[in-house]
Amino acid sequence: MTRITVNVDGTKYSDEVEPRTLLVQYLRESLGKTGTVIGCDTSNCGACTVHLDGTSVKSCNMLAVQADGHEVTTIEGLAKNGELHPLQTAFHECHALQCGYCTPGMIMQSCDLLKNNPDPSEQEIREGLEGNLCRCTGYQNIVKAVQQAARQGKESGQQSGQGDADGNPVDLNEAEQTVGATS
Amino acid sequence: MIPATFDYLAPTSVADAIAALEEHGDEAKVLAGGQSLLPILRMRLNAPGVVIDLGKISELQGVTEDGDDLVIGAMTTYFDVLASDAVSTHAALLNKAIATVADPQIRHRGTIGGALVHADPAGDVGAPALALGASFVIAGPGGATRTVAADDFFEDLFQTAVGEGELLTQIRVPKHTGWGAHYEKFVRVSHQWSIVGIAATVRSEGGAIAEARVGLTNMGSTPLRAKAVEEALVGQPATDEAVRAAVAQVADGTNPPSDLNGDSDYRKHLATVLTRRAVLAAAGA
Ligand SMILES: Cc1cc2nc3c(=O)[nH]c(=O)nc-3n(C[C@H](O)[C@H](O)[C@H](O)COP(=O)(O)OP(=O)(O)OC[C@H]3O[C@@H](n4cnc5c(N)ncnc54)[C@H](O)[C@@H]3O)c2cc1C
Ligand code: FES
Ligand code: FES
Repeated sequence: MTRITVNVDGTKYSDEVEPRTLLVQYLRESLGKTGTVIGCDTSNCGACTVHLDGTSVKSCNMLAVQADGHEVTTIEGLAKNGELHPLQTAFHECHALQCGYCTPGMIMQSCDLLKNNPDPSEQEIREGLEGNLCRCTGYQNIVKAVQQAARQGKESGQQSGQGDADGNPVDLNEAEQTVGATS
Repeated sequence: MIPATFDYLAPTSVADAIAALEEHGDEAKVLAGGQSLLPILRMRLNAPGVVIDLGKISELQGVTEDGDDLVIGAMTTYFDVLASDAVSTHAALLNKAIATVADPQIRHRGTIGGALVHADPAGDVGAPALALGASFVIAGPGGATRTVAADDFFEDLFQTAVGEGELLTQIRVPKHTGWGAHYEKFVRVSHQWSIVGIAATVRSEGGAIAEARVGLTNMGSTPLRAKAVEEALVGQPATDEAVRAAVAQVADGTNPPSDLNGDSDYRKHLATVLTRRAVLAAAGA
């Protein structure tokens, strides 16, 4: 067993884990964070996507011990003070899910995409989500949801004048900023 | 599936990692970004007794400049290579090729060193490294280091000059400042390995190709360099006709695999088409 200390969704955990434990297993089975799901055995589907120190990773393709000393954000940590993250709202409003299995990973990857590129083209959205597979929607409404969240991010950034030096909206990336502040 | 049990070590220096490798011998397996190794362990294609994680060795991370070379630490992630201005400026080919690897999540974790030592013939990093004439710094028992030239690094399928008990520590890439570059990758579905990939970088002078370097992905058991094509391109104008003629023999002497994605002859045909496209794009035509 190896002792690890990880900050997950703003809470610090210290646990003994078997080194072979995958990060996704640790999140689901030890911490009960079942919002992060497993969709494949080959690291292709992206359903298990979480953020490690603010960047997206496939949590099925990492050991829990590799997260030692790092910050993890899961889909369960995106909403703040009972308010959905703008991407969660956009996925809901745009009907960007059917069975919903791919959704946690889609939203976490979309969040990473908008952090690096707050105003993506349709093509950039499709490419940014290339590591996330959806068996139901045909992707159309997922792309629309990301576009809506990007638009909202831009508007709220402009209205409140809270954009950063590059004019990036700050709201969308709130979760990352909390992470970034301590990493 | 989850991996079989193993002991886990996370040394913080190259010296400690080498010592751990010496102690555990062929029981040990090195873990870099894990984007190839973890799927292998999960499918139980390999079951090492000890996993030595290089993730905490900061001396293996980052891009620096040393005279006419770029020096890239083996544990530099794809993402950090892509973010490096020095790489975009002095080794644009590496940037272009790595941008096509897998997907963003995997590029956040996968490392350039891991990709090169893994040496999957369908992997996208070997051909550009070969074309750019990179050299490879390898650390071994007792702290000895040696440097291997690109032409001697890739030995066979999944096999490089990095031996048991050794670590790849640095990739040294001669600067190709001002060279145009393009990586033309042919795939059937997104975020997958190349069916065939062509890495081309070109120095142009007065509208003609002054020098060219061409690397081939998945045209044999290792990445290949198309030296005859490189020579045939010298002095040619960057026109469709001239480049088509100069690259026509690119598949000569290659032995690409036949699999569900295409047979060997199909890959040879693809190579000629993709090389023309890659060279023209690299020359800015
Ligand atoms: C879904 C998916 C899609 C992918 N698509 C592509 C693609 O399109 N193109 C592509 O090129 N690749 C692709 N890959 C593979 C990916 O690029 C891997 O990240 C890369 O091959 C390995 O790098 P790593 O750092 O993750 O190494 P690891 O997986 O950690 O290690 C790979 C091997 O190298 C050894 N090793 C690693 N570092 C060192 C070192 N410094 N010294 C000695 N030995 C070392 C390890 O022991 C292991 O045997 C894909 C992977 C997945 C899961
Ligand atoms: S469960 Fe991680 S990529 Fe499919
Ligand atoms: S909504 Fe069912 S997999 Fe995407």
